[in-house]
Amino acid sequence: MNTKLFLYTLHLADNALILAQRNAEWTGHGPVLEQDIAITNISLDLLGQARNFYQYAASLYNGFSDEEKEVVDRYVPRLWKEYNRELQEDDLAFLRDEHQYLNLLITELPKGDWAQSVLRQYFFSAFQVELYQQVQQSKLVQLSAIAEKAIKEVQYHLRWSGEWVIRLGDGTEESHSRMVNALGELWMYTGEMFEAAPYELVDVASLKEQWLAKVEKVLREASLEHSKQTWMQNGGKSGRHTEHLGYLLAEMQYLQRAYPNATW
Amino acid sequence: MVDEKEIWTILEEVKDPEVPVLSVIDLGIVRSVNTLGDAIDITITPTYSGCPAMDVISMDIRLKLIEKGYRNVRIQQQLSPAWTTDWMSEEGKKKLKAFGIAPPNPKQQFCKAEMFQQEAVQCPRCDSWHTELISQFGSTACKSMYRCLDCKEAFDHFKCH
Repeated sequence: MNTKLFLYTLHLADNALILAQRNAEWTGHGPVLEQDIAITNISLDLLGQARNFYQYAASLYNGFSDEEKEVVDRYVPRLWKEYNRELQEDDLAFLRDEHQYLNLLITELPKGDWAQSVLRQYFFSAFQVELYQQVQQSKLVQLSAIAEKAIKEVQYHLRWSGEWVIRLGDGTEESHSRMVNALGELWMYTGEMFEAAPYELVDVASLKEQWLAKVEKVLREASLEHSKQTWMQNGGKSGRHTEHLGYLLAEMQYLQRAYPNATW
Repeated sequence: MVDEKEIWTILEEVKDPEVPVLSVIDLGIVRSVNTLGDAIDITITPTYSGCPAMDVISMDIRLKLIEKGYRNVRIQQQLSPAWTTDWMSEEGKKKLKAFGIAPPNPKQQFCKAEMFQQEAVQCPRCDSWHTELISQFGSTACKSMYRCLDCKEAFDHFKCH
């Protein structure tokens, strides 16, 4: 149970961190200043959630017996083992390799154009709202506290991204065609959210119906229709990623890898 | 022996680094102060998960108490129950307005706006309700941006949370 909780916490943290990093790529590149600020504020919220989860994961690991440590050993950064100190949040974020990351594939896809970024954010936030409600109601005390705090932020993300999906989908010919392309790119990555991983402590499959109802309502309003194909991509939750994650980590982890334990 | 009341009074001098007119007491982020002998245990709650001011606030509390001669201080963060703008003091809301930031409306009435709806916010400069939302997100996690359609000034709004 403890080792599952550790992996599940890492999964929640990785989702938040990787999407935070992707959205942060818009810093200084947003279509207008206000929206540049909006998407990077969302990054900051997600980064805060990731920190809370990583801090908890590190404290769980530090309290593990040798047997428990052995079970999760392949998810712990090799470099850290040479440090001879307790595991910390930054070690988990900056020293793990691709296959040790347990985030959903949809979070690691390139930022694409604005249509793709806001649609991805909308799919993810609609999922996070449902998920965090479940986590908050669970008996997992610390995860519940983090979710209770985070869900208020996610409501703002959902509203903002939903408005953008409708505005662009139901906008000009150009914005509509960009949304159609984004939907074509992203739809096959939505299924993974509802496929349970062995460590998952919330029944994610049960969230699908509500998520779909909510999403289809917004897509209709946006004059968009998702593909009817049922085949979906998966693998992120078990550490099998797209080629994009490696490039993201290379940039994000550069400093801690070049200058181990650097602080400022 | 440390007097808890004295500690609460000192905490009024510790300001939010992003909104320097508000003390940590005005913000409503100090959840408890406990003392035992010369040990002081303070629990604060973060406003937003990623608010970078929280680490600074912890340090500022410690420095202020050291300045006043209290050295045995432990500060911890508590996430639940989650902070809400309803915990901001009336005094704090007045200070915000005087500073040019529209204070938060009461949560139960305004927090759940649907898509494309906007919360009515009063202009902190000319008191007009004839204002419009520029963006849900502003210069810090806790603020959104509005503009007044009467006096034409743009202003920050401490958003409902």
